[in-house]
Amino acid sequence: MNPTIAANPPVATAFFFYGLAAVMVIGGVLVITRKNAVHSAMALITTLLAQAALYLMLYAPFVAGVQIILYAGGIMVLFLFVIMLISIERAAKERQFNKQWLVGIAAAAALGGLLVAVYTTTSKGRMMFTEGPTSYVESQNTQAVAAFLFDRSTGMYMFSFEIASLLLLVAIIGAVVMAKKRI
Amino acid sequence: MHDLVQYIQSYLDSNQTPGAAGNIFWAVVYVLLVFVGLSIAVICMNWLERKILAHMQVRLGPMRVGPHGLLQPIADALKLLLKEDIIPAEADKIVFWVAPFIVVLAAFTVFVVVPFGPTHAITDMNIGILFMLGVSSLAVLGIVTAGWASNSHYPLIGALRSSAQMVSYEVAMGLAVVSAIMMTSMNESSTGTLSMIGIVQAQFAQKEWFLFKFFPLGIIAFGIFAIAMVAETNRAPFDLPEAESELTAGFHTEYSGFRWSLFFLAEYSAMIAVSSIAVTLWLGGWLRPFPNALSGSTWDLAFSLIPGLTFLFLAGMCFYSTARMPKHPLFRIQTMGLAGFGGVLALIGVVLFVPAVRVRVNDIFWFSAKVAGFMYLYIWYRGTFPRYRFDQLMKVGWKVLLPTGLALLIVTAVVGMRSELWAQVQEALH
Repeated sequence: MNPTIAANPPVATAFFFYGLAAVMVIGGVLVITRKNAVHSAMALITTLLAQAALYLMLYAPFVAGVQIILYAGGIMVLFLFVIMLISIERAAKERQFNKQWLVGIAAAAALGGLLVAVYTTTSKGRMMFTEGPTSYVESQNTQAVAAFLFDRSTGMYMFSFEIASLLLLVAIIGAVVMAKKRI
Repeated sequence: MHDLVQYIQSYLDSNQTPGAAGNIFWAVVYVLLVFVGLSIAVICMNWLERKILAHMQVRLGPMRVGPHGLLQPIADALKLLLKEDIIPAEADKIVFWVAPFIVVLAAFTVFVVVPFGPTHAITDMNIGILFMLGVSSLAVLGIVTAGWASNSHYPLIGALRSSAQMVSYEVAMGLAVVSAIMMTSMNESSTGTLSMIGIVQAQFAQKEWFLFKFFPLGIIAFGIFAIAMVAETNRAPFDLPEAESELTAGFHTEYSGFRWSLFFLAEYSAMIAVSSIAVTLWLGGWLRPFPNALSGSTWDLAFSLIPGLTFLFLAGMCFYSTARMPKHPLFRIQTMGLAGFGGVLALIGVVLFVPAVRVRVNDIFWFSAKVAGFMYLYIWYRGTFPRYRFDQLMKVGWKVLLPTGLALLIVTAVVGMRSELWAQVQEALH
């Protein structure tokens, strides 16, 4: 498809990408190295916000907005709610890392393999995902997402979307069942 | 140099927001203007709140610092800046330091998309309203971390209380907003919009404010939002963080001086932000009253004179008070100050009559006037309603507003789709 990016020069420059990527990596490392769980959570929030900015750079403002509302504004608040009530002194004495080297190495290798696979070109000159600028105009992003979900001719993700929401419903009911002894 | 001037001038003819035109210079100018305007609005609000509350309670309110206490906010700001900045010894220093800034950032960043006029916004985003809701929900993080970092029981419990309140009312607020967004899709292409400017333009195109759309659905949605936004900004009658007498303040118990004033600043700017959402979604944003029914150049001229007349009226009030000031020599400076203030207001009013200014400022005036109405409501609530207890507050949020919002959403969707649904029913019958 013909890339139709807005008439303005794109702000999605390498400079911003590397800046945001650095923030994400540093944030991610801080999440696992901090002893204090609240500090970890705040580092995670920074990472998630930088990720939202990366979505913006990919001309997907709707995904970025949803990322901020759901993850940074919703889920992380609930995380903090729980973490806040943990005693810091006791948490600091707990072991921070598990000694499961084998599983860890296997997971890291699988992720690394996936990363390589995504960027390798096969002999036929094809890649796992097509590379190139996005074909959606930034100012139409929400409408494009809606068309993929609900439109009669192009709406092919309706079913999977509904299934995913069903999964969330199951999680909510499960939480209620587990938390309440008598229903 | 010539290029630079041309770059600056090119925007003036473009008839777009600086963000849409991609003009960095004007974007910076707009950001600064909004920031300064907001700070002035917070100062005004501070003075007005004291004065109006005082008059509601048959008191005089601040009268000593400046004529009619006009300089009181400045004196207060100075006091807060000069006050000793205490960080509790056992507090988590970094988080304690960062928390107020999160709240202030969240409260100020939302103004990036607030449309003061069709071209008077810093930028217009495709996800405008989502951006506003999302960024303003980040304020909860600041409140939670502020309470936790103080490392003290009262702020911790206060933070839990305030954030539980904000998170629960966010749900009802979101439902009300969605029902208004659905109304934007009532056009030929049946494509709605999330953009703040687009929402106001949809109201203009549909020839009515969404407040009156599908009567009474629009009013109910607005009512839910109007209640939720008061709870969202932790204001009376939902102002549990400020219930010093019963609950030892809230998340900001351990904060003092400058850091406390940041929370204060954020609270007022968040109030203005949610009011602007309400104005944009239901009250026609920058549109003057009756833009369709009373159209034509004569009416345009008549309505464009109102901003100037408003300021002249305020100036007149100042001069009236000046005349009523005590004639004692001790009051000479105060009398002169009040007359000077009236003079400034009159000057602004006269400038607003200049045709070039009049045309450009008209939309900003109507937007600000509607927001100011909401600010007055906030003060009025505070002067009238007793404070809710926490369980009552939760009950209102989850058991009243949320079910009403859900039902409203479904009914709005059905009413909006009624012609298509009717066609489907007919098809099924034949």
